[in-house]
Amino acid sequence: MGFFIETLIGGLMAGMLYSLVALGFVLIFKASGVFNFAQGAMVLFAALAMARFSEWANIALGGDNLFLANLIAFIGAGIVMFIAAWAIERLVLRKLVNQEGATLLMATLGIAYVLEGIGQTVFGSEVYPINVGMPKDPVIMFESLFEGGIMINKEDFIAALIAAILVAVLTIFFQKTPVGRALRAVADDHQAAQSIGIPLNRTWVIVWFVAGLVALVAGIIWGSKLGVQFSLATVAMRALPVVILGGLTSVPGAIVGGLIIGVGEKLSEVYLGPYVGGGIEIWFAYMLALVFLLFRPQGLFGEKIIDRV
Amino acid sequence: MSRKIGEVILDLQNISLRFGGVKALTDISFDVREHEVRAIIGPNGAGKSSMLNVINGVYHPQDGKILYRGKERKKMEPHMAASTGIARTFQNIALFKGMSVLDNIMTGRNLKIKSNLLLQALWLGPAQKEEIEHRKKVEEIIDFLEIQHIRKTPVGRLPYGLQKRVDLGRALAMEPQILLLDEPMAGMNVEEKQDMCRFILDVNDQFGTTIVLIEHDMGVVMDISDRVVVLDYGKKIGDGVPDEVRASPEVIKAYLGAGH
Repeated sequence: MGFFIETLIGGLMAGMLYSLVALGFVLIFKASGVFNFAQGAMVLFAALAMARFSEWANIALGGDNLFLANLIAFIGAGIVMFIAAWAIERLVLRKLVNQEGATLLMATLGIAYVLEGIGQTVFGSEVYPINVGMPKDPVIMFESLFEGGIMINKEDFIAALIAAILVAVLTIFFQKTPVGRALRAVADDHQAAQSIGIPLNRTWVIVWFVAGLVALVAGIIWGSKLGVQFSLATVAMRALPVVILGGLTSVPGAIVGGLIIGVGEKLSEVYLGPYVGGGIEIWFAYMLALVFLLFRPQGLFGEKIIDRV
Repeated sequence: MSRKIGEVILDLQNISLRFGGVKALTDISFDVREHEVRAIIGPNGAGKSSMLNVINGVYHPQDGKILYRGKERKKMEPHMAASTGIARTFQNIALFKGMSVLDNIMTGRNLKIKSNLLLQALWLGPAQKEEIEHRKKVEEIIDFLEIQHIRKTPVGRLPYGLQKRVDLGRALAMEPQILLLDEPMAGMNVEEKQDMCRFILDVNDQFGTTIVLIEHDMGVVMDISDRVVVLDYGKKIGDGVPDEVRASPEVIKAYLGAGH
């Protein structure tokens, strides 16, 4: 029983990390109806900026104040993401207003390559560490309840907590503030949003910037776990099933989807793995996504797809 | 009637609009006076919606001038038109379907919100006070349109007639100088049409809002408009008070065909 719970918790925490990346997809899809293939590249780009800025700031500060160096790096990376958002709106999205979804999708593929290229040219293409002081050692809990207790990875736990806070903040931002309302308005209907005085261009910059910040946080967490390297960009592909499951338009969906996939992966690996020779973790999420696409294409929380005949 | 029709507020001079080789509007001139109800009518494809979109800044005419309050208007986008006090509704309702009635109408207050982004995001002090002020105004509009009972319902679930009313509410929340209504009565039953007419007249009467409306149901238009412009195949074929327009042989021909 203790082992089951341990696996479950491990899955939930891994799931939160998927959610974090999925959130980036959802934000942009909600506000512009674009499926942003560049989300992974944004995670990589933001993480590279963070890692290198932190390194440089640390040298500039004499190497004795890691916290300050990280803070400077975080702000710096935030500014870089803002510039990226502004440039993407200016150079790509503005030219493609009212184009087909597929056109925009292809455009985001292009953005992905450009971001990856620029990121690695400017910041380098080796593996860089991010050290934000995440504790690496696991803790053992509930020893009185279960034999051997439950082992929890502190780093994962903190990461999950950060993800949860970010989600809560974004939910409030979207649901309760006038800006959030304007963003949802743009997502629902461009034309109507413009008619009540919401400028599309500025709205898109805000959304891409927020998605950039989410990518930054995801990049820091994943980067401090795995090191900042090119493979971070593919983390986004692991989050793809999450958004299919949760629904492309739903922030809570991204969370629940992430949790289901995280837990599903871990449990299936542990309990089904031995019968099929293991490796379930790699394809489980995609299988689940496929099943959802067949039976509930709008996802768990997505808006129902109603087409006028 | 308590309201008084004022000066010319919007003056359209020789407007021509083409889409490639297709002439949507040809040399159309008319004006709109402050506080009046001005209708644009015409058969399907006459260019009514194009005309409205020109006023709203969606389309930019190749020829002609638009004077707004006596000043020539530059080329503008819809969101800029909105900030100069021009609100509109849509023929095929363009509401924010996932949002509640209340939120939809609140979006209409967007331009009036002054507190800065950070305060809003943090939901702090002045921003919160401001939100409450706007909310009060929105509740007044909800009362006015008699939709209190559906305040919290997502608009996607409402029947057509009520959605049209919410669409009007959102435009009213902007406290516009000029309200553009794109077929406000299209697809409605008699009872809904009567309600809508009453709201339009009340808005005009109580708030003094200038109203420009498009409609192809002639009967309704003649009852509520002060003056009517008639378009056919992108050209103006009549302009005047309802009785004049109704009697015009050209208008009759456009509506009933040449054989009558």
